[in-house]
Amino acid sequence: MKSNTLRGQVAVAGIGESNYYRHGQSPDSEFKLALQAILTACDDAGIQPAQIDGFASFSDDRNDASRLAAALGIRQLRSATMQWGGGGGGCCAAVANGAAAIHAGMAECVVVFRSLAQGQFGRFGRTTGINTISGEKAYLMPYGVLAPPQRFAMRVRRFMHEHGVRQEAMRAIAMASYHHAQANPRAVMHGKPLDEERYDHSRWVVEPFHLYDCCMENDGAAAIILVSQERARDFKNKPVYVLGAAAGSGFRAGADPHNSPHYASANFGTLAPNLFRMAGIQPQDVDVVQSYENFTGGVLMTLVEHGLVDAQDINQFFTLDNLIAPSGKLPLNTSGGNLAECYVHGMELVIEAVRQVRGTSTSQAEKSDIALVAGGPMVTPASNLLLGSESVL
Amino acid sequence: MSIKAENNYYLPAGLPMPVSESDGLSEPFWSGLKMERLQVQHCSHCQTWQFGPEWLCHHCHRFDPEWEEIEPKGTIYSWERVWHPSHDALKSHGPYIAVLIELPHAGNVRVVGNLLGDPMQEVIIGADVVGIFEHHLDAESPYTLLQWQYKAD
Repeated sequence: MKSNTLRGQVAVAGIGESNYYRHGQSPDSEFKLALQAILTACDDAGIQPAQIDGFASFSDDRNDASRLAAALGIRQLRSATMQWGGGGGGCCAAVANGAAAIHAGMAECVVVFRSLAQGQFGRFGRTTGINTISGEKAYLMPYGVLAPPQRFAMRVRRFMHEHGVRQEAMRAIAMASYHHAQANPRAVMHGKPLDEERYDHSRWVVEPFHLYDCCMENDGAAAIILVSQERARDFKNKPVYVLGAAAGSGFRAGADPHNSPHYASANFGTLAPNLFRMAGIQPQDVDVVQSYENFTGGVLMTLVEHGLVDAQDINQFFTLDNLIAPSGKLPLNTSGGNLAECYVHGMELVIEAVRQVRGTSTSQAEKSDIALVAGGPMVTPASNLLLGSESVL
Repeated sequence: MSIKAENNYYLPAGLPMPVSESDGLSEPFWSGLKMERLQVQHCSHCQTWQFGPEWLCHHCHRFDPEWEEIEPKGTIYSWERVWHPSHDALKSHGPYIAVLIELPHAGNVRVVGNLLGDPMQEVIIGADVVGIFEHHLDAESPYTLLQWQYKAD
């Protein structure tokens, strides 16, 4: 019988990132940052850049695959895939698309990357300069629902209302990210710890989001290198295997404006069962989680929809102690993620999951053979990914 | 009820002005608001309500579902109080409230608006609200927004 699965078929051979900067602080252009991340990943794997034959990205990345192939002197470009959708919804799907290309024989060595220089190209949190607006945004922007914080706060407020969620649950997520960032010299917020008082006294961006509930905006690039499982052991580092991947969303998740039937949702309801089925594991088998935080409230939804926490237990479960490495119940966002490491639309989360499985994180979890990454949340398409060590194959 | 004077607009002038797409999909919605009519799509074949508009009914796939006028009333489904000005027009304006209103008499479709009144007022999910048409007649391309306020007892 033909097995339609990515489980164990593709491995991550290399990881790399540019320096991470506050937005507007990169001395280098976005394209140069992308090249830096890719070359660092090649070096990490121990392969020549000329061996790359595919690129996969997401969120309408501006750094075109053909330009990259030309710049890197690649002999043969065989795969170039772009996942639809904005933000971090595609950070796992891009890995899946690259892995699928390899498994299908369309390519042998695919780079998955994301590069963002907001100083060069502008920020997501500013909307000045638009005169008229049509389509979905016309139903929102004239009412001051302009940028991502305002576009997602009502979803989170509804989720809090339905499940009696307290602000402290979101605070714990922010504090865990900052806690982990203090151990991570790459992190933009390294050396800038966060405590409860600082969170509580921080300004509201939009209720229920304090400043620290919102992702940063940064300049940076991150890349990984995928190869087939047959070649996985030929490289310098311990191979990290794709166990499963899923992408998309449920019934009419894209019904705008704010008309999704499952409104108070991160959109993983249909994805999580597909992911665990492909990986052949249960939610309780997950050792460590990297969950995309555009806003902390989305992380609550994400973990519930992946069966890692029961919605009625949110207030009890989301405490700093439970979320931090090495020995919390569920170490979460162990590099600092979008809140405190660098906002690279979740590619930094994929890289951190690889580091956890390798055992090389700056905040290593006690158990880390199975790492979950969830990209989204609350956007469509969303995507998720399970990575694992050879021991779980 | 309606608002017509600039000094009574809920948010300051200068935010993006709504216009229909070039293909005209939402034109009946925006022109309806100017005439103080709230219209959403209601498929005459299968009775499915639909908003935002689309070129076909998502349930029975009939093209061009009909627009139907409905009473501007509903309940608060969710809300947010916005403090950070994401647009220059909102600088030094202070907080404002956006609400997501569910329309139970139209298949529970939802629309976004502002909750008129004190920006620091308590917002109650599930509370009944009524629509107020806010006419921006002085705009370069005149348009009307649908705002909301608590229903009087």
